[in-house]
Amino acid sequence: MTSLHIAIVAPLVLAFLIPLLAKYVRKIHTGWFVLILPVLLFVYFFRMIGMTSHGGTLKATLEWIPSFGINFTAYVDGLGLLFALLITGIGSLVVLYSIYYLSKEKEQLGPFYVYLLMFMGAMLGVVLVDNVIVLYLFWELTSISSFLLIGYWHKREKSRYGAAKSMLITIFGGLSLLGGFILLYIITGSFSIREMISQVDAISASGFFLPALVLILIGAFTKSAQFPFYIWLPDAMEAPTPVSAYLHSATMVKAGIYLVARFTPVFAFSGEWFWIVSLTGIVTLFWGSFNAVKQTDLKAILAYSTVSQLGMIMSMLGVGSAALHFQHFHYYLVAVIAAIFHLINHATFKGSLFMAVGIIDHETGTRDIRRLGGLMTIMPITFTISLIGAFSMAGLPPFNGFLSKEMFFTSMLRITDFNLFSADTWSFLFPVLAWTGSVFTFIYSMVLLFQTFGGKYQPEKLEKKAHEAPLGMLISPIILVSLAVIFFFFPNILSYTIIEPAAASIMPGLLDGDEKFKVHISIWHGFSPELFMTIGVAVLGILAYRTLGKWKKVYGLFPDKLTLNNLYDRSLYGLEKGSNKATRTYMTGFLRDYLVYIFVFFIIAVGGTLVLTGGFSYSVKGTAPIGVYELVLSAVMIAATFGTVFARSRLTAIIALGVIGYTLALFFVIFRAPDLALTQLIIETISVALFLLCFYHLPKLSFKPKTKTFRITNALVSIGVGAVVTLLALASNSQRSLESISSYFIENSYKLAGGRNIVNVVLVDFRGFDTLFEITVLVIAALGIYGMIRLRMEKGGEEH
Amino acid sequence: MEILMAFIVGILFTAATYLMLSKSLLRVIIGTAVLSHGVHLLLLTMGGLKKGAPPILKNDTASYVDPIPQALILTAIVIAFGVTSFLLVMAFRAYQELKMDDMEQMRGNDQHE
Repeated sequence: MTSLHIAIVAPLVLAFLIPLLAKYVRKIHTGWFVLILPVLLFVYFFRMIGMTSHGGTLKATLEWIPSFGINFTAYVDGLGLLFALLITGIGSLVVLYSIYYLSKEKEQLGPFYVYLLMFMGAMLGVVLVDNVIVLYLFWELTSISSFLLIGYWHKREKSRYGAAKSMLITIFGGLSLLGGFILLYIITGSFSIREMISQVDAISASGFFLPALVLILIGAFTKSAQFPFYIWLPDAMEAPTPVSAYLHSATMVKAGIYLVARFTPVFAFSGEWFWIVSLTGIVTLFWGSFNAVKQTDLKAILAYSTVSQLGMIMSMLGVGSAALHFQHFHYYLVAVIAAIFHLINHATFKGSLFMAVGIIDHETGTRDIRRLGGLMTIMPITFTISLIGAFSMAGLPPFNGFLSKEMFFTSMLRITDFNLFSADTWSFLFPVLAWTGSVFTFIYSMVLLFQTFGGKYQPEKLEKKAHEAPLGMLISPIILVSLAVIFFFFPNILSYTIIEPAAASIMPGLLDGDEKFKVHISIWHGFSPELFMTIGVAVLGILAYRTLGKWKKVYGLFPDKLTLNNLYDRSLYGLEKGSNKATRTYMTGFLRDYLVYIFVFFIIAVGGTLVLTGGFSYSVKGTAPIGVYELVLSAVMIAATFGTVFARSRLTAIIALGVIGYTLALFFVIFRAPDLALTQLIIETISVALFLLCFYHLPKLSFKPKTKTFRITNALVSIGVGAVVTLLALASNSQRSLESISSYFIENSYKLAGGRNIVNVVLVDFRGFDTLFEITVLVIAALGIYGMIRLRMEKGGEEH
Repeated sequence: MEILMAFIVGILFTAATYLMLSKSLLRVIIGTAVLSHGVHLLLLTMGGLKKGAPPILKNDTASYVDPIPQALILTAIVIAFGVTSFLLVMAFRAYQELKMDDMEQMRGNDQHE
C-alpha cells in the first residue's frame, strides 16, 4: 500500500466518515470537512509534475486477485496526472462552491458529500490504474455515483427520469467496455494496459481486433456523451449545479476521452479507429452546437455545449492518431496537443460557466432565458465571469479558448493534406463541419451571455429579487476564469509541464530515449488560414445572432418525433410493452397450455434427436414369442385404455382404469413377477376403492363442448408422445449393448444375504435405501392427506 | 413379444397424454394413473421378457428373469400409489372448496391487476 494507493482510496474512506460528521457536527457545514481532502490530493499530485515532465512514471502494485492477474496497479504518467489534477483541482473548487450553494438547513448534506467523494475516488481510480478490470470497477462506480447525484432531489420526477436514463446508457456502455477488455485479455493474456500496448502487433493481427475496438469505443462514447449517446447529458442537468459543473462538464464526461487517449497506442494503428473516432467527434461537435442554440434553459445550453466540446476533443484525438501513420508525425501531432490543451481549457471555462449559471439560478430563482435579462448591472461579478467563460467558449481572444480553437482549425485543415485511409475525397468535410459547428458555438455563447445579462431587467417574472451572490460562491468561478486568462497569455507554462508528458503517454512509440515532442503554443502565428476562419466565425456568428429571431424557425422544421430522445423513450416503452405482451401470450395461466409446451418440447427434443442421430433401429432378434394369453390380455388392455379416454361417466372411467390395473397385474403374472403381481393387485384394489370413496364427492365428468382445434391439438400431441415413446422402446430394445448386472444378484442372493426371493433381497438388502425413502414417500403422502382433510382455511386465510 | 408391448406402452402413453390435456381435473388424475401403468410396463419390457424362471432361487433352475427391473417397478408402484392418492384427495378438496372441476376456470392468472 503506497501513498498513491492511499491517495486513490482516500475519498472512498472519507465517504464513510462523512455521515457521522454530518450527523454530529451540525454547526459547521459538512463541506468544510470534505474540502480538505481534494486540496491535499491536489497538492500531492501537483508535486508529481516534476517527475512526469521528465518522462518519469510511477507504478505501484497491490495484489488483489493475483491468480487471475487482477491487481490494483496504480500507474501515474503524464496523461493520468493531467486528469488527476483536473479531478482534484476542480473537485476542490466545486466543494468550496457547494458549501455556499447548498443550504445547511434545507438540504441533506451527508448523502451529497458521500456521493461526491465516492465519485471523486472512483474517477481517480479510473485515470490512475493500469489494470483494466480494476479500471472497469471504478468506471462503474462513477456511473453509480453519478446516478445517485443526478437523482439527488429524488422527490422530483424529472430527477429520477434523468438518473435512470443516464444509468441505462452509461451502464450499457460500461458493459460493452468490459466485453472489449475481455477480448483484449483473450488476445494478449494480460489485463495490464502497459502489456497490451507492448503487444500491439498481436492485437492488430487478431480477429478480435475490430470487435474489441468497437466495444471499447461504445464504452467511451456513452460516457463522454458522443453522438448518438449524448441524450442522457441534457437530462442529467436535473442534478444540483455543483454536480453538473463537476461531473457533467469537467470530469466524468471526460472519462471517455481519457479512455480513447489511453487506448490510442493500442488501436490507433488502424484506419477504423481514425475514422470512427474523428467522425463521431466531428458529428457530435456539429450536432451539439446546432441544438444548443434552440435551448431556453441555461443549463440545457451548457449541456449541449459540453456535448459539442467533447465532440471537438474527440475528433482531435481521432485526427491525432494519423500521426502514427505518417513520416512527419509532428504535422498531425498538433491535433493531440490541441486536444489536451482544449481539455484543460474546457474544464476551466465550462466549470466557471456552470457555477455562474448556478449563481443566477440561486439568486433569481430561474434558469429560463426568456425570463432573465438585464442582470449586467445587478450582478457585475457574475457577469464578468460569464463573459470570460462565454468568450473563451466561443473562441475569442484574449482567452484560452481562442488558442485551442485555432489549433483545432489547424488540425482539421491538415487532414485535408493527406491521403491516408482514402481520406482525400471526404476530408474536406472535417474543416467544413468544424467551422459551421464553431459558428453555432459562437451563437449559443452569445445567447447565453446577452439574453441573461443584456436586455431589460424583468423583476416581475422572477421569483426572487436579483442581487449579487455572496463572496464564497464567487471564489471558485473567479479562480477558474483567472486561469482562462492566464492560460491565454502564458500558454507555455502548460507546454512542457503537463501537455507534453500527456502527449507522450498517448503516443508513446514515437519517441526515442530522452526525446520530447515539440510543444509551443503561440498566440500569434501570422495571417494564417486559421485566423481568417476565426474572423469568419465571429462575423457570421454576430450576424446570425442579430437575426436569430428570423431564422430560429428552422428548428421548428425538425419534427419532434424524429429526435433521439423520442427514439429512446419509445424504445424503452416498446420494450416494456413488448415483453409484457410476449409474456402474456404464452403464460396463459391455463395448465393445459403449459403441458402442451412440455409435451411438444419432449416430442421435438427426443423424437428429433432420435431421427437426426439415426438412433432408431428395429430388430426382432432375441424377443420372446407371443402367446395366446398375451394377445388376449393386450386386447383387453387396449380396450380398457380406450374406455378411460372415451368414457362418458366417471364410474365407467374409474372402472376402465381398474381394468387396466388388473390386466397389468395379469401381465406381471405371465412375465414371471409374482411380487409385482401381488402388489399391483392390492394397490389397484385400494386405488379403485379410493376412487369410489371419493366417487360421490367428485363432480360429474364435464363434457363441455370443446372446439375442434382443442381436440385436434390434444390428439396430435398425445399421438406424438405415444409414438416417440414406442420408437424409444423399440430402439432401446433392439440395441442392447452390455450384459445386465443382475447375474451378480442372482448368484449372491443366498450366499451373501441369505434369501431366496431375489426381488425381496434386492429391495431390503442390496438396495435397501430405495425402500427406506419409498416408505418416507408413503408417510408423507399419508400425512399430507390427513392435513388436507383436517385443516381448513377460512376465506381470510386463518386456520381454525 | 417386446415389440407388441412397446406398442401397448405407446397406446397407454397416448391415452394418458390425451387425458392429462383435458379440462376436467378428474380426467387429469386418471391420466396420471394410466401414465404410471404405462411406465411400469415399459420398465418391465425393457428388462426383457420370459427368459427364465421367476426370480425365486431353486436348486434345479439355471436361468431366472431379471430381478432388478422388478425391484424398481415395485418401488415405483408404491410411490405412484402415494402420489395418486394424494392427488385424488387434493382434487376432492379443491372441488369442495372451489366448487369447480374445470382446469380452465382454475387458472391462477393475474386477477390482481
